[in-house]
Amino acid sequence: MIKIEAIIQTSKLEAVKDALHEIGVEGMTVLEVRGHGRQKGHTEFYRGREYTVDLIPKMKLETVLPDAIVEKAVQAIVTAARTGKIGDGKIFLSKVDEAIRIRNDERGEGAL
Amino acid sequence: MRNWRVLGFLFALFLVSPTLLAQSAPAPAGSDNARLAKLEQAASEAKSSADNAWMLTSSALVLMMTGPGLALFYGGLVRKKNVLATMVQSFAMMAVITMVWAIVSYSLAFGSGSSFIGGFHNLFLRGVGANPDPDYAATIPLQTFMVYQLMFAIITPALITGAFAERMKFSAMLFFMVLWSLIVYSPMAHMVWGKGGLLNASLGGRFPCLDFAGGTVVHVTSGVSALVCALYLGKRVGYPKQAMTPHSVVLSFVGACLLWVGWFGFNAGSALAAGSLATSAFVATHFGAAAAVIGWSGAEWIRNGKPSALGAISGAVAGLVAITPAAGFVGPMPAIVIGLIAGAFCFFMVATVKARFGYDDSLDAFGVHGAGGTLGALLTGVFAVSAVNPIFKDAQGNPLPSGLIDGNAHQLLNQAVGVIIAWVLAIVGTLIILKIVDVTIGLRVTEDEEVQGLDLTQHGEEGYSWEVTA
Repeated sequence: MIKIEAIIQTSKLEAVKDALHEIGVEGMTVLEVRGHGRQKGHTEFYRGREYTVDLIPKMKLETVLPDAIVEKAVQAIVTAARTGKIGDGKIFLSKVDEAIRIRNDERGEGAL
Repeated sequence: MRNWRVLGFLFALFLVSPTLLAQSAPAPAGSDNARLAKLEQAASEAKSSADNAWMLTSSALVLMMTGPGLALFYGGLVRKKNVLATMVQSFAMMAVITMVWAIVSYSLAFGSGSSFIGGFHNLFLRGVGANPDPDYAATIPLQTFMVYQLMFAIITPALITGAFAERMKFSAMLFFMVLWSLIVYSPMAHMVWGKGGLLNASLGGRFPCLDFAGGTVVHVTSGVSALVCALYLGKRVGYPKQAMTPHSVVLSFVGACLLWVGWFGFNAGSALAAGSLATSAFVATHFGAAAAVIGWSGAEWIRNGKPSALGAISGAVAGLVAITPAAGFVGPMPAIVIGLIAGAFCFFMVATVKARFGYDDSLDAFGVHGAGGTLGALLTGVFAVSAVNPIFKDAQGNPLPSGLIDGNAHQLLNQAVGVIIAWVLAIVGTLIILKIVDVTIGLRVTEDEEVQGLDLTQHGEEGYSWEVTA
């Protein structure tokens, strides 16, 4: 099992969600987050004073998938979330040891 | 204008005549004089009712400026953790200053006394009832005048709270404001508007300073006191390194719009009657505010490349401040000029001057009210004309020129005297009060409390609690 953590543009969430549904991904968790990579922030002015906002709002999508469909899911996310500009985000993959369904204690890939 | 008066009188006559006829029918012949007297009384009662209706409406509008107007305007500008504390500082004035006013400060401001301050004759509002006081307003109950003036006494100290926002103890704020109302506001109101006041233009003061609705009394005193507070209390923890951006320009936006509407009561109400002078002040007020939006936004657009929402509403407030002393003395075109200058000038004060000197006037009470009030008071001396309001008259009752463009250059000097007195009184009075509060109960919250926020540490609550769990 692999956990996919994808940090994407807030405006791309719907497209990424649809693309994942298309390839059969059934569950995901989405968080509103703030952060920055190489994209520099933007400036705001309040009564003439300049403020730099360097932590930019992003969406973080998490889902744990069977190894077999991970590469397909990654491709789906990349295709749907790419604009080609700095700030498109990143995807992190990591191994997951176990998954447990709380309702009935089911374990392993069946619990996903 | 005269035609309207005649029409109004005829209309009043039309309304009351059936009653009069019915009453006078059984009266013996030859009572024409009695009938005329009755008629005159009925006409004056009709005018009094009309004026009173407008003045009670205006009183309510001015109260609305403090709560929710100013409370929202300031509340949106602070950080989330201080929103309630900031709003309640304004709201507290509505309660506390009302008590002080009822007991003593009305008497100190508007009771007979010296050139500088009123006496104790009207303590506990003694003698303030249904009868008008012709020195102030001949057609409305003195009680209406009293409650209208109270609304000014409430908003003036509330304006100062913008300077020490996010760091003053609530108890210290209350103590400060009670003393400020007595030591700074009451004398200034008496000098400009009270019987025998040194600067009173309509009752023959030594230096007649034109201040229609409170450029010096309200905005210079509060704005300059605000600067003194900001300097005495010092900066907020982390200022200016840490970003302290408004947590909700939306709240400020709603507040500013309420202020604009309420200001019609503030300025047009200062005619103390519902006649054409009120209309003139209403128009000048609106034009001044509108022009200042353009002045501020234009300056901001040029300097920063974008016209912001906060800039537009701040401009409106700056224009309303600057037009306040002039409202009942100037025509619509000069009102536009005053507004344009005020918008650009106040933007310069908050964007450039504040940054250069580094004081932490958190919500720009000085930059908008102190600077805008001073500018407006001086420009009143330039643009006031007797055609709008014949305030100065010769011995025969003929109108004399009012301001510079009217041919009375000397008025600029009188305006300057008013402004200087307001500055000095505000600086000295505020310093004394701050010292008193500082040594007795202390002014600032602790650094920990400040970091935690005043909502939690001063009031034990939070403005927003949108928890996930229900």
